[in-house]
Amino acid sequence: MMEGFTPILLLDMGLLAMLVVVAFAVVRLRSLFAIVMLQGVYSLLSAAWFVSLDAVDVAFTEAAVGAGISTVLMLGAMLLTEREAKPVPFQKQLGPLFIVTIVALAMFYAVGDMPAFGDALSPANSYVGADYIAATKNDIILPNVVTAVLASYRSFDTFGEVVVVYMAGLGILLLLGLNGNAGKWRAKPNGQNITGRKNAAEQREDKP
Amino acid sequence: MTAIFEHFNFVVVIVLMMTGLFVVFATQNMIKKLVGLSVFQTSVFLLYISLSKVSGGQPPIIAKKDLHGASYPADGGYDAAPDSAYQAAEVLYSNPLPHVLILTAIVVGVATLAIGLALVVRVREVYGTIEDDEINKIDYNENLEGVAR
Repeated sequence: MMEGFTPILLLDMGLLAMLVVVAFAVVRLRSLFAIVMLQGVYSLLSAAWFVSLDAVDVAFTEAAVGAGISTVLMLGAMLLTEREAKPVPFQKQLGPLFIVTIVALAMFYAVGDMPAFGDALSPANSYVGADYIAATKNDIILPNVVTAVLASYRSFDTFGEVVVVYMAGLGILLLLGLNGNAGKWRAKPNGQNITGRKNAAEQREDKP
Repeated sequence: MTAIFEHFNFVVVIVLMMTGLFVVFATQNMIKKLVGLSVFQTSVFLLYISLSKVSGGQPPIIAKKDLHGASYPADGGYDAAPDSAYQAAEVLYSNPLPHVLILTAIVVGVATLAIGLALVVRVREVYGTIEDDEINKIDYNENLEGVAR
């Protein structure tokens, strides 16, 4: 048996295997409902792995925001647009496959230089993170270091994040408006009717 | 073999990232593209968080015995009978900094995703389709870009 082989490692690998299966299923599927739901499953699986990686705060944020809110947003957008993706011909997938393979090979080449999984002395884990853990006990009497860094040490960062969310909400309002017509009407740019596919409301009107 | 075993997190995360990138590149449907982008993004989160893991570490929530001067009750508060072995040893924590960065990234990610989806709905209002190639064709046929008016 290899050294360092633990049940936790088996759990990690099981979760990662499930993540790979879900990601490949997203590539293959065409039903947008299934794709959106699998995206939620992907987020939930990664949240489970975050718990195994000791990132409990990230795990519940990912479960709530990634698996919850994103899925709801995507389902809403899907409801206002289409239900099925058009199949892409095989020849048109070869170019992207080539690029992705090249990028993957370049990254695999760099993997050997990365610190081993769980290395306490890796550059990422040695300096600032350890300092925050040591300082939080005295600076901010909070047990959760992540909360302390997020809300106190780097609170301007978090404020910027709130501004980003506000700007996103404002942008969506400006794009879609508040009159409830979003996605249910057809725009006529320069006064011309676009001869694309008709939307659901128009198809209903056409039927006698 | 040991090298791959020690770096299994990087290997799998690269595969996941490239799967997401492939969906973004190869598919024509804009909602599927956004799902691919979201898969790519979540894989980057996995990369960062797996870097912050310390073997045998605890989540970065400071053990009660280390937290002097806290306003918690000294006895009988949260855990009346703490594990003695746990109390004796120096507690090892995982690195909290990547967790903070990724918390911010998750929230910003959902904000950008919402904007992207709103743009898709708006595109559909104008073109009647959300497939990239059909939009290009309509642009060409209807001269929507106004190049040769």
